Amino acid sequence: MGLEHFALNAGSGLSFNGGDILATVVIFGILMALLKKFAWGPLMGIMTQREELVSSEIEAAEQARKESSALLEEQKTLLKEARTEAQTIIESAKKQAELQREEIMTAARTEATRLKESAVREIETEKEKAILAVREEVVSLSVLAASKVLGKEISEEDNSALIKETIAKAGEAK
Amino acid sequence: MGHGAPEYTLKFGDVFSLTFNLSTVLMLILSAVIVFLIAFISTRNLKLKPTGMQNFMEWIMDFVRGIIQSNMDWKTGGRFHVLGITLIMFIAVSNLIGLPLGGVYINHELWWKSPTADITVTLTLASMITVLSSYYGIKMHGMKHYTGTFFKPVSFMFPLKIIEEFANTLTLGLRLYGNIYAGEILLGLIAGIAGSGLVGFLGGIIPGMAWIGFSIFIGFIQAFVFTMLTMVYLSHKVSKDH
Repeated sequence: MGLEHFALNAGSGLSFNGGDILATVVIFGILMALLKKFAWGPLMGIMTQREELVSSEIEAAEQARKESSALLEEQKTLLKEARTEAQTIIESAKKQAELQREEIMTAARTEATRLKESAVREIETEKEKAILAVREEVVSLSVLAASKVLGKEISEEDNSALIKETIAKAGEAK
Repeated sequence: MGHGAPEYTLKFGDVFSLTFNLSTVLMLILSAVIVFLIAFISTRNLKLKPTGMQNFMEWIMDFVRGIIQSNMDWKTGGRFHVLGITLIMFIAVSNLIGLPLGGVYINHELWWKSPTADITVTLTLASMITVLSSYYGIKMHGMKHYTGTFFKPVSFMFPLKIIEEFANTLTLGLRLYGNIYAGEILLGLIAGIAGSGLVGFLGGIIPGMAWIGFSIFIGFIQAFVFTMLTMVYLSHKVSKDH
C-alpha cells in the first residue's frame, strides 16, 4: 500500500493502479454533480433569496425612514402653523373683546346719560305741574278768602281773572 | 504494518489492465456517501431564517466563498464555489473517516483507512485541480494567452514554469497524503501498543487520545489547505494579470 505500492507499480509498468485513479475521479465527479443538484443548488438559491430579501428590506426601511422624516417635517410645519393661527385667533379675540367692552361701556354711558336727562326732564315737568297746581289752588283759595272777606257777591269769573292777574304779577315781581 | 492491500485487477485483453485497491474504492464511496448525506439532510426544508444544520452548511459556503474571494474576484471565482465546497467537505470527511476504526485488517489486508491516506487518491485530486486550472485558463483567455503565461516574465523561465506545474501538483497531493498517512501510521502504532497488554493499554490510551484529537485538527486543516491552494492555483491560471 501507499508509496511502496505506487512505486512498485510505477516501476513494473505492468500493473497500473489506474482503477483507483478512475474511481477517485468518477466518485468525486458524481459527488460534486449530486451535491450541486441536491444540496448546493437549493442552498445557494435560498441564500441569494435571503440576500435579495435583506436588500429589499433595507431599501424599504430606508424608504419608510425617509417617509416618516418627511411626515415629521410636515407635522412640525403644521403644528407651527396651527400655533401661529391660534396666536392670531387669540389676538383678534382679545382685540374684539376690547372693542366690545368699549362699545358696551359707551352704550351704557349713553343710556345712563339719556336716563338722567329724561329723569331731569320729568322732574322739571312734574315741578311745573306742581307749581301750576299750587297756583290753581292758591287762586281758588284766594278767591274764596276774598269773597269771604268782601262778602260781596262778585261774579266768580271776574274775581278769578283779577286774582290770577295779581298772582301772575306777583310771580313776575318776585 | 507491512500488510497488503485488497487488490482487484480488471484485465482488458493482455496489454491493458486496471487495478483497483478495493479498500480505497470502498472508503472513497463511503466518504462520498457520508458527505452527500450530511449535505442532503441539512439542506432539506430550507428556510429564509436558517436553523440548525442549515446554519452549518451556510457557514461552510461562506467560508469557501471567503477562500475564493481572497484569491480572485467573485465574478471569476463564483464558478468554483461548488468545486470548493465539495472539495473541502469531501477531503475533511475523508481525512476523518480513517480515525474511528484506524487500520482494520481483514486477512492481513488493510480495509479501513482514510482514502486520502492513499497517494493515488491525493495525487489524482491534485492532478484534477491542475487539469481543471489549465482548462479554465484556456477557456477564459484562449490558448494563446495560456501558452504565453509559460514565457512570462521572461522566456528562459519556460523550463521552470513547466517544473512549477508538476511541483504544484506533486506538493498539493503529497502534502495531504503525507499528513494523513503519517497520522494513521502513528495511530496504528499507538493502537498496537495499547492492544499489547494492560501496561501497554495504560501507556497507550493517553497518547492515543491526544493523537486522535490532533488528527482531527490535522484533518480539517489539510482540507482547508487543499481547498485554499486549489483556489490559489486556479486564480493563477484564471486571472489575467498573472
